[in-house]
Amino acid sequence: MYNFNYHKPKTIEQAVELMNSCEDPKIISGGHTLIPTLKQRLAQPSDIVDISNINGISDISLESIDSRINIGSLSSHYKVSNSDIVIQNIPSLAYLASQIGDPQVRYRGTIGGSVANADPSADYPAALVSLNSTVVTNNGKYKAEDFFVDMFETSLSDDEIITNILFDIPIKSAYVKFRNPASGYAMVGVFVAKYHSSVIVSVTGAGPKVFRMSEAEELLTKSFDAKSLNELRIESNGLNSDIHASSEYRAHLIKTSLQDAVRIALK
Amino acid sequence: MQLVKMNVNGLDVSSEIEINTLLVDFLRDNMNLTGTHVGCDTSQCGACVVHMDGQSVKSCSILAVQAEQKKITTIEGLADGDELHPVQKAFKNNHALQCGFCTPGMVMSAVDLLEKKSNPSDEDIREWLEGNICRCTGYQNIIKAIKEVV
Repeated sequence: MYNFNYHKPKTIEQAVELMNSCEDPKIISGGHTLIPTLKQRLAQPSDIVDISNINGISDISLESIDSRINIGSLSSHYKVSNSDIVIQNIPSLAYLASQIGDPQVRYRGTIGGSVANADPSADYPAALVSLNSTVVTNNGKYKAEDFFVDMFETSLSDDEIITNILFDIPIKSAYVKFRNPASGYAMVGVFVAKYHSSVIVSVTGAGPKVFRMSEAEELLTKSFDAKSLNELRIESNGLNSDIHASSEYRAHLIKTSLQDAVRIALK
Repeated sequence: MQLVKMNVNGLDVSSEIEINTLLVDFLRDNMNLTGTHVGCDTSQCGACVVHMDGQSVKSCSILAVQAEQKKITTIEGLADGDELHPVQKAFKNNHALQCGFCTPGMVMSAVDLLEKKSNPSDEDIREWLEGNICRCTGYQNIIKAIKEVV
């Protein structure tokens, strides 16, 4: 690991100040993406800004005004998966968090860190898009679909820090992930959410970033059951092809995962 | 260089270290607690698992400075003098180790599991050990040992 300076700001303002004044800073919360990256010398930040001590951005609550779930960005995957509020209102989201990495990783990894990193194989992006999420930062708000720009690229500016993420509560939802047996990342991850008059289907792990499937959404809005998807054909063009899976295999996995997700949502 | 302070196995310790020192290296090199092992160095194998403020964590993926003021327990901190921890005894009695390299991490993960889940099923135990890899035993006796303590 190359060396760096280390800071532990107590407030968002202090953190933003550091992000602006340091030469080439990186934010750390849980660190289980950044530290492995540094160990492999794939990054060389001049300064690390540890935001894990900042108060007020790790709570989970139910907003009374618009009935959305508010999850503080420093909430660990462990916290989200065990939160009564999440389990009671969006159990599929709690399940998603419980499937990230392993228990030790889940204690440290945070939703803010995962979302800001925008790994194309991460789980959260599918949930954020299907649950109409709003990503709130010290500087503004983003709709989930506008937030994820490309592989490891988001709309965040360099000194912007995610503080909260807001989620709609669907009538029914489910997340199905075809897990890479070694890394645990999503080779394909499908999040389906049913609302009063619409369905949102989001896919992670299969493309350079999370995407929706409008044809599947139309079919499921007409009739929300796995049978509606029998004739659905999924294009492999544009999907990731790598040592784990070909784009054709991913296209196949999307369909089977989506049908599984609908069955689970209906249970 | 920075002075880092934490509590390790009940003892307040401090040391001048390079900021890019990993917690596992701080424990092994500065504290001479070599029971915690570096296996894969890529956050997968769990040989480096210790407890930090009551949570099992991978010390190869944490900087020592991130552990400032925190309470760390390593494998050396489990036994009470000569009296082994129940999980250690169960591992011994059930032949749950061969080379022993993964064992400290397995034991630390297991101790955390038993603190968080009062009656884990086989399934719960296997899922909890997702972050601990063993190349020798095939896991059967590890599961058996943990079940014995339940």
